[in-house]
Amino acid sequence: MKQEFIITVYSENHIGLLTRTTIVFTRRKVNIESLTVSESAIPGIYKFTIVVKATREQTIKIVGQIEKQIDVLKAFYHTNEEMIYQEIALYKVPTKALYESDTVEKIVRKAGARILEITREYVVIEKTGHKYETQELFEELNQFKVMQFIRSGRVALTRDPIERLSEFLKERDAFLDALD
Amino acid sequence: MTTQKVTGSKALILSLLEEGVDTIFGYPGGAIMPIYDALYDFDKKVKHILTRHEQGAVHAAEGYARVSGKAGVCFATSGPGATNLMTGIADAMIDSTPLVCITGQVASPLLGTDAFQESDVVGMSIPVTKWNYQVTNAEEIPEAIAQAFYISQSGRPGPVLIDITKDAQFGELDFKYEKCKKIRSYVPETPVDPFKIKEAAEIIDAAKRPLVLFGHGVIIGNAENEFKAFIEKTGIPAAWTLLGLSALPSDHILNVGMLGMHGNYGPNLLTNEADVVIAVGMRFDDRVTGKVSEYASKAKIIHLEIDPAEIDKIIKADVAVLGNSKKSLKMLTDNVNKNSHNDWVARFRDCDYTENEKIIQNELFPEKPGLTMGEVIRITGDKTNHEAILVSDVGQHQMVASRYFKFRKSKSNVTSGGLGTMGFGLPASVGAQFGALDRTVVAVIGDGGFQMTIQELGTIAQNKLPIKIIILNNNFLGMVRQWQQMFFDKRYSFTELQNPDFITIAKGFGVTGHKVEVREDLENGIQKMIDHNGPYLLEVVIEKEDNVFPMVPTGASVSEIVLEH
Repeated sequence: MKQEFIITVYSENHIGLLTRTTIVFTRRKVNIESLTVSESAIPGIYKFTIVVKATREQTIKIVGQIEKQIDVLKAFYHTNEEMIYQEIALYKVPTKALYESDTVEKIVRKAGARILEITREYVVIEKTGHKYETQELFEELNQFKVMQFIRSGRVALTRDPIERLSEFLKERDAFLDALD
Repeated sequence: MTTQKVTGSKALILSLLEEGVDTIFGYPGGAIMPIYDALYDFDKKVKHILTRHEQGAVHAAEGYARVSGKAGVCFATSGPGATNLMTGIADAMIDSTPLVCITGQVASPLLGTDAFQESDVVGMSIPVTKWNYQVTNAEEIPEAIAQAFYISQSGRPGPVLIDITKDAQFGELDFKYEKCKKIRSYVPETPVDPFKIKEAAEIIDAAKRPLVLFGHGVIIGNAENEFKAFIEKTGIPAAWTLLGLSALPSDHILNVGMLGMHGNYGPNLLTNEADVVIAVGMRFDDRVTGKVSEYASKAKIIHLEIDPAEIDKIIKADVAVLGNSKKSLKMLTDNVNKNSHNDWVARFRDCDYTENEKIIQNELFPEKPGLTMGEVIRITGDKTNHEAILVSDVGQHQMVASRYFKFRKSKSNVTSGGLGTMGFGLPASVGAQFGALDRTVVAVIGDGGFQMTIQELGTIAQNKLPIKIIILNNNFLGMVRQWQQMFFDKRYSFTELQNPDFITIAKGFGVTGHKVEVREDLENGIQKMIDHNGPYLLEVVIEKEDNVFPMVPTGASVSEIVLEH
């Protein structure tokens, strides 16, 4: 059965690694729902957060193939329930919608969203949350004709109390030294 | 450490020498000219073999790697030179063959401008390389090469490509070389887990009908002796994959033959009777397993494998032992009880009897007038004392050669397994000869595949390589024709060939040859080929519509193997 999985990849910051990673999905004809890449807490090490809809078996194999890439330090997969995650969405609505009634204000308050910028023509609203929440806000705001809308890829943390990466790196170093 | 100021090109050659490279296969062109210019000064220290096509260079590098166990090295220029390498790189990837491919690239300011002979070589080789890297600065060269050799040869080996821009080749650096010993993001092999060994040993000791399947991993891991010790202590029959061939002598009492689509009757049929399957350095390719859902259905699976991504990829392992086969086999042997399975082994011999009656006798000692591929292979194997290196191409002849050549020594079988690359054979034989200069190399090739890389006769002639080339000519793309006969109502769609006069062509290249058309001439023809001092082409005209049997039809279970059509 297909479901959403969050794949987390820790890698060196090498040119071409993004292609090497995404091509693993392409080859198996698995579509990437979202992809976020940024530097981790450790300088020089990058973290990919990839959301896919796939079966568990497919996901395990994909993670195995990603981890096999030379420049990848470690790859994991989790279900949504196993992680804390957020996405961010930006909405641009016409400014006149804001002063013609208090509906926009109420919607924004209820959604826990905030206003980033107000100009003569438009207002930019920001909302973080899960996809269904940012989507719900879109539906509500769209009665005023949303001029532009964008949603980010996902960022996600495990429920572990600490980031295990630095420990992992120490262990890896010791392990590789022991190999020769 | 002393350093010297050198160009990037010279640094590349010095780096290769540091890695012990003695032979490079390649083809020059615009974007790699500085490297070729640097190479010109080193002709005493390293051989460069000019092939007639870049595909020839990369297959030669593969042949070299497969017999020597060292990374094969090839050079090509940018654009079409590099794209011509891709087939061989993909071949090396799927067959875990260590390669270091060096490609020239346009100068870095021209990258991405559609410059003359520019193509995105790094981008296009990503899916078929273990690792690749573009060098745009001369100073990066020593480290990139050190990493390339380390990555290609360690763990599960594979091809690495280093793309070097022309300005980096011209640029200068202070040269010093350090071999790469580790890369923090890369774990070449996992230490063998003693608990897994214990678990595996218990299952093996309790097994009534155990079967060992061995693959390329035994050869890559130099684990032939450990492997033999393991099966001899446990008395377990052992069957080989196409790339496992030659790891165990053909006449070993526990060698029960070849797995897979055209493998032997016993190991296929009895895979589904085995209660324990011990897979060593093999990856359950679909040509081995047939229908996966009905494969080894009664067996617990023990999988000894270096690549974690192979575990549970196709067949779920009950016990997975990660690590280098040399180490894991040794530990496993120490932990199992001495045993024998004579009745079980006898069942394989019963199957051999059936297969011999129905197929092998007719193939090796035919009574019909037309020549068979099997008799050519049998005589060639006998006359080379089963000590030659067999290089084969892809198709019917490959299956027949693998089935009947018989081996005494490891690293003696060079063929394109996973990718099934027609055209592999002739150039791979060039590399195999350079990788084992003192050994006899026999290249067995079909008339179709031969014409895909026929120009490498030029390389063979120029280097006076004493390769014994046998064309098994049935005037057909035989394997495709066999499938058309069996599964496509004999609709022989574009499989018949009008062939050239191969002997005249060979003569044109300066290679002596002889054509055998009747049985009376066969033995003598093969003897003449072997006795000939230098390259030799023997064309043998084979019965046109012979088929390779046994066969596990596509989609069928291994136990549905058929002996005749």
